[in-house]
Amino acid sequence: MSRRTSPVIPGFGLTLGYTLVYLGLLVLIPLGALFVHAAQLSWSEFCAIISAPRVLAALKLSFATAFAAAIINGIIGTLLAWALVRYRFPGRKLIEAMIDLPFALPTAVAGIALTALYAPSGLVGQFASDLGLKIAYTPIGICLALTFVTLPFVVRTLQPVLADIPREVEEAAACLGAKPLQVFRHVLLPALLPAWLTGFSLAFARGVGEYGSVIFIAGNMPMKTEILPLLIMVKLDQYDYSGATAIGVLMLLVSFILLLSINLLQRQIGKA
Amino acid sequence: MSSITLTASASANAARRGNLLGRRLLILGTWLAFMLFLLLPLLVVLGEALKQGLGTFLGAIFEADALSALKLTLLAVGISVPLNLLFGVAAAWCVSKYQFRGKSLLVTLIDLPFSVSPVIAGLVYVLLFGAQGLFGEWLQEHDIQIVFALPGIVLATLFVTLPFVARELIPLMQEQGTQEEEAARLLGAGGWQMFWHVTRPNIQWALIYGVVLCSARAMGEFGAVSVVSGHIRGYTNTLPLHVEILYNEYNHVAAFSVASLLLLLALLILLLKQWSESRINRLKAGAGEE
Repeated sequence: MSRRTSPVIPGFGLTLGYTLVYLGLLVLIPLGALFVHAAQLSWSEFCAIISAPRVLAALKLSFATAFAAAIINGIIGTLLAWALVRYRFPGRKLIEAMIDLPFALPTAVAGIALTALYAPSGLVGQFASDLGLKIAYTPIGICLALTFVTLPFVVRTLQPVLADIPREVEEAAACLGAKPLQVFRHVLLPALLPAWLTGFSLAFARGVGEYGSVIFIAGNMPMKTEILPLLIMVKLDQYDYSGATAIGVLMLLVSFILLLSINLLQRQIGKA
Repeated sequence: MSSITLTASASANAARRGNLLGRRLLILGTWLAFMLFLLLPLLVVLGEALKQGLGTFLGAIFEADALSALKLTLLAVGISVPLNLLFGVAAAWCVSKYQFRGKSLLVTLIDLPFSVSPVIAGLVYVLLFGAQGLFGEWLQEHDIQIVFALPGIVLATLFVTLPFVARELIPLMQEQGTQEEEAARLLGAGGWQMFWHVTRPNIQWALIYGVVLCSARAMGEFGAVSVVSGHIRGYTNTLPLHVEILYNEYNHVAAFSVASLLLLLALLILLLKQWSESRINRLKAGAGEE
């Protein structure tokens, strides 16, 4: 291992060793066990499990709702970050502090609170059902729960970047005759996009794996509103460890491929 | 020349006027999003909990199973947060104070638990330590219970909350560099003296910030703990799992009562977070003035 360490600061071996052992024991070996367990299945068995209609339906639902929630957060989160960084208004400090509530609140509490609100008999749900819109126990409800749980990601990654763009840059562009849309397209977007993508992918990854907040509002009907993590849970309850493992591996692989492509996209933008 | 300045300032003014309308709409939208998205769920939890009066509310919280769930949750937080704190400091130290090959891979691996579903985090420990797991037989022979007991709950919590402290410390310590530590060493400080008197004051608020986030997640973790807990009421039920059981038994008032206890803890965590954040900002502002 080639290293350029500061010769006078002690503790390199100790801290690196401890970090690697801890990480290995808690994360890497256990995740490795998942793949070892999956490798005991033959390829055709693995394919049979993951191509079952119920699994495919859950896969589609999980990734589609997580994607939709990340997009919604990408829009709402950008507007929130903008208002919080650029404007001073009554209640700003309170809202600023409360943005992190979804991270501090246990997901099960978020789940039952949102269900109580958006169920057909709930405070908001009854208005929606008057309009013929069903929120709880449909994919819309799942998307709503995911949007709530991942709300802080985009806001929190954009805020420091926005704060660093001096206002004068936009004003200069406006003075040179740029229309607001042009200012956004040519001045703000390039500066914000990398951070936006980071927030987006964090929200997306969290949304795909999220369990606690979703299971209450989803209704959990197989083929319709059953998410992938719940399906792993169902298989485990039936002592179908191979099934649970295969779905777990599938989920990890799809998430990693997606995150990797977002990462590559980000590097491409960084170069341009 | 002057006409150019005039049109420029006119268009800047027009932009500002457009901005004013946009600004009002945006502030209104922010308030709406805040009330609909954050305030309303919070009020619903408290409202549902107090539906049948304070007596029922307190009764549900001081019920024996709820209290033992609270105890288990606090125990799991009490064990896992200090361990991840120690890990976070060690990881941030080796990543930020030295250059070595594979460093960016290490940072990626530290973040890995964030992109793994909590249910999978629970699943891997069942595959390792469950009755049919890799070490299942050996554990049974030696009469050690990991899954469906406290060790499993702690392991799952550790996995899910592993990156929090390291993530807060790494960027800060990278920014701070190594000069102060080197100076301390050259002046004759021992390793531990250097850490305690030079590094610790620089990182302590970020450390508290990381610990607060870590505790929040540890207290509220549901998916991972749900897989390894076995849901034995009064024994392996944490508070969030207790909420689920009550809710599924249609005991909504009790479920929301216990949930509001967790909500109060969450608000306390937000307060602590705000406090440590303001201290970090004050330190940064102070450093900027020097």
